[in-house]
Amino acid sequence: MSHELIGISVLWCFLFGYIIVASIDFGAGFFQAYSVLVKKEHIISNIIKRYLSPVWEVTNVFLVFFFVGIVGFFPSTAYYYGTILLVPASIAIILLAIRGSYYAFTTYGSLKSNMWTYLYGFSGLFIPASLSIVLTISEGGFVLQTNSSIELDYLNLFLSPLTWSIVILSLTSVLYISAVFLTWYASKAKDEEATELMRKYALIWAIPAILTAAGIIVELRLHNIHHYERMIDLWWMFAISFLLFLLTIRLLWLRRSYGLAFIVLTLQFFIAFFAYGVSHYPYLLYPYLTITEGFTSDAMATALIIAFIAGFCLLIPSLFLLFKLFLFNKAYLEGKTK
Amino acid sequence: MEHYDSVLFSRMLTELTLTFHIIYATIGVGVPLLIFMAQWLGIKKQDEHYILLARRWTRGFIITVAVGVVTGTAIGLQLNLLWPTFMELAGNVIALPLFMETFAFFFEAIFLGIYLYTWDRFENQRKHMLLLIPVAIGASFSAVFITMVNAFMNTPQGFELENGNLINVEPLIAMFNPAMPTKVAHVLATAYMTSAFILASIAAFRMMKGSNHIYHKKALLLTVKIGLVFSIAAAIIGDFSGKFLAAYQPEKLAAMEWHFHTEEGAPLVLFGILDEENDIQYSIKLPYALSILAHGNPNAEVIGLDQYNEEDIPPLYIHYLFNIMVIIGMGVTFIGLIYVVANFLRRTFIHNKWFLTLLVLTGPLCIIAIEAGWWLAEVGRQPWILRGILRTKDAATTSNHVDVMLYLFIALYIVLGIASMIVLIRMFKRNPVEKELQDVKGGG
Repeated sequence: MSHELIGISVLWCFLFGYIIVASIDFGAGFFQAYSVLVKKEHIISNIIKRYLSPVWEVTNVFLVFFFVGIVGFFPSTAYYYGTILLVPASIAIILLAIRGSYYAFTTYGSLKSNMWTYLYGFSGLFIPASLSIVLTISEGGFVLQTNSSIELDYLNLFLSPLTWSIVILSLTSVLYISAVFLTWYASKAKDEEATELMRKYALIWAIPAILTAAGIIVELRLHNIHHYERMIDLWWMFAISFLLFLLTIRLLWLRRSYGLAFIVLTLQFFIAFFAYGVSHYPYLLYPYLTITEGFTSDAMATALIIAFIAGFCLLIPSLFLLFKLFLFNKAYLEGKTK
Repeated sequence: MEHYDSVLFSRMLTELTLTFHIIYATIGVGVPLLIFMAQWLGIKKQDEHYILLARRWTRGFIITVAVGVVTGTAIGLQLNLLWPTFMELAGNVIALPLFMETFAFFFEAIFLGIYLYTWDRFENQRKHMLLLIPVAIGASFSAVFITMVNAFMNTPQGFELENGNLINVEPLIAMFNPAMPTKVAHVLATAYMTSAFILASIAAFRMMKGSNHIYHKKALLLTVKIGLVFSIAAAIIGDFSGKFLAAYQPEKLAAMEWHFHTEEGAPLVLFGILDEENDIQYSIKLPYALSILAHGNPNAEVIGLDQYNEEDIPPLYIHYLFNIMVIIGMGVTFIGLIYVVANFLRRTFIHNKWFLTLLVLTGPLCIIAIEAGWWLAEVGRQPWILRGILRTKDAATTSNHVDVMLYLFIALYIVLGIASMIVLIRMFKRNPVEKELQDVKGGG
């Protein structure tokens, strides 16, 4: 396997990791705010808090890891994306900052007011929306290249149906992923009321999530025919992903093995995400930048891959310890230890 | 003209984010070590006070970590957004420590999460204390790796430029560049020193407010001792930094010392102001001191600014920043030394109001020194973003929206700064030490 392929695969895995953990986090914040709004707070608040408390910091690191890694492996992305993303990425930073710090302020400090819960919950929906714009831009057609610089075509981007379909997909999948996970988490904690409520949310959000995902494939056909055709070549991957989606729904419907349901859901997104990524290959930004043109030197790539393997050997046992203590620890889950 | 503006705004936004982030970053690097010391003493001496100290510091620490994390993410992304040309080049050569920094931080974040929620989970308290080691290592190594990148910006090496293309990239050579040892050591020592004195300020403040509890005295003595050790270390490293600069960045040293003419036996200029003709007024000149600082020899020749073209010289106001940093460093060291010695001799004046006031000032003063130091480091590297290779003005984004982003971030930092202060003050006001100690006793 060539170095650039290893690089992009590692980064894609981390981006996937971020999408899953961040979706759970953003969705949980939203459900909590929503439950306060409709006065169902007593049902799910505890579950959500117990999950979020020890892991909120870790979520952020996945994102940092991705953008530091992509600049390391593909330095030209710093030039292209750095220049065009100033406004959307700055907005995402500000939202992430408000969200992350207020989480700590309300949880560890004594800042307790419903306003912060709302701010926290609803800002969590704007973050995936603003971050997902990057995927839209990567499809090409929104970048104006003048003789000395490049610039984002805001008007075109704002008016494009593709932009909005991707934004809506990001929102529906955030809520869907999060609801399925929390169903499982609540059922592990033997909290039946919360499990039922989260299961209901999961089933509600499943339909819009799959519809918008299918819609994007149609949108792409109008926007980037080359990418669309490559996606059609990979139809079997999307088909498997869809079957897994049906399996999750079935398990949820039958109230059976929520743990398996979440694993199947992760697989479903993993396969779809990689099918999307593979069909995007070799472009990092249509039509300006491919992974071979933007790739770093061999020496740096080797160094980064070695550092990555070494770091990974440190992280996996640490993450395992974290999960063992909080996600899979019976006493903690059921609220018997603090 | 348009291009000029985006450079200016990009610089302002970067300076703003760094100025804000560095306060929380410094605390983030230094405080885990202090928590560890307190918990270790508490277990060793079986002293409930030190354990409680560790607990309360941790509670405050988590708030500053949160702000540090989000502003750290901001500066990481902003470097790409505001300096895309620089990051493209940097990504090719110095990406390795940046990449490793995320691992160090990842490691820290995981164990901090575990540490926070497991105070009462382990039968053996030592096990819980051990969780702090990866937190402290992760925090310190984050600083080490990031400072390596900053050092690279001052003394870039490990690559060759041929017709604008980078060839022969050697990531390890770039990482271990000449500026690295003194910079990393200085950043670490001053982070520990600043964190210690901030915590000392809090203890001194409580005592000044009339609390006579032995808890505060223990906290004060522990923090001042640790602060003193690292402030002495920082002074020694400062001497090495002078010699490094003389050898590798003589224009930076000359500008911060207002050393205009190359000469032997050069004096060190302290204080003073520059008049319109660039003559130094109202200064103190320490004969031969600059030659000693630069080369360890009173008669050595020190290169002056006359050797450089005007467009390659950093702004001369960095002399003031340098003075602020050094004077505060020496002053705080001196206060710490008096306190530790007087405490050893059992003198009581150190618990008088005027001396406690001095101790309260040490923390804020150290933060001012940290700010002055980073401004000195960054402004002193101008006009270069990558010394000798890439000028700052050629590296900035060409976007026309930087000014709006600048205003947004000003608002963000005001909100975060005020909110974190309010949360911290309320957190400890509502739950004073005396009350918590009674709860411990009452609860068994």
